[in-house]
Amino acid sequence: MIWAVIAALCIGTVALKATGPLLLGEHEPSPRTLRVISLIAPAVLAGLVVYETLVGQGGGVTIDERVAGLAAAGGAIALRAPMIVVILAAAVATAGLRALS
Amino acid sequence: MREATHSFRDGARRALPVVAPTAALGISFGVLAKPIMGPVAPVVMSILVFSGGAQFAALSVLQASGTGGAAFLAGMLMNSRWVPMSLAVRPSLRGGRARAVVESQAIVDASFVFADRGDGTFDRELLIGATFAQAVGWIGGTLAGVLAGGFLGDPAALGLDAIFPAFYLLLLVEAAQTSRARVAAGLAALIAFALMPFAPPGVPIVVASAAALLGLRR
Repeated sequence: MIWAVIAALCIGTVALKATGPLLLGEHEPSPRTLRVISLIAPAVLAGLVVYETLVGQGGGVTIDERVAGLAAAGGAIALRAPMIVVILAAAVATAGLRALS
Repeated sequence: MREATHSFRDGARRALPVVAPTAALGISFGVLAKPIMGPVAPVVMSILVFSGGAQFAALSVLQASGTGGAAFLAGMLMNSRWVPMSLAVRPSLRGGRARAVVESQAIVDASFVFADRGDGTFDRELLIGATFAQAVGWIGGTLAGVLAGGFLGDPAALGLDAIFPAFYLLLLVEAAQTSRARVAAGLAALIAFALMPFAPPGVPIVVASAAALLGLRR
């Protein structure tokens, strides 16, 4: 069963990533379209931050130690820490709080 | 407009800082997936599906004894964000349909941000080069997680599940350079948060991308 899931997800992911080339031809977008496109990255990433911080097992919202991890990452970013330090701050804050509770 | 001022190598170099966090995510996927899928399938999945969020989503369904169909659906919904991202990147890819379909497979979150010029165009060399570098981290990390799983213990106890939000926050800060981008990000965050209590997994993210329609206004 797991191999069928992998095969189906492989084909499905290829198809999802190919929607642009499959649906749109080769032409220059209008300035308006370009403005929309330029906002896709911040919009998707803000959605991902909220989602990955709060998603529970099997969906819904769960508030747990990941929130502290995100806050630690935000603090490290504000201090202009290198990327690896930001990631470590999140993991350490989350792991530390879990160890205490 | 779309001059190749960067090489694939520049893209790979640009992605170097995210290789370690990507590998850490790969390790935790390998550790968590091995008891459910065995030692080989997680690595094959990381090569063929090559999509962290979707793989974790499918895995969590299987962990909860869900069906294969439900695992597939969860992965696909998590990956539904590739649709707006692929539409966004298409005008910046090379050549005809077949070639652009191949190049579009390089779309992953971090590469999308690195390649984004901020004016609605993307640097295809950075996109593709950055994705190759991350593939090494993701697939190598998965392999390491499968092999070393027993020694590492529970990834949650190490706080590895907090890497995803921190990783995306870093990318968000990079992507939200203008005030308009920050407004779109705030709106997207609200949309995602509002939908999360009842929408299926992954759906809040793709709906949040609609905040980009703020760009329709002057």
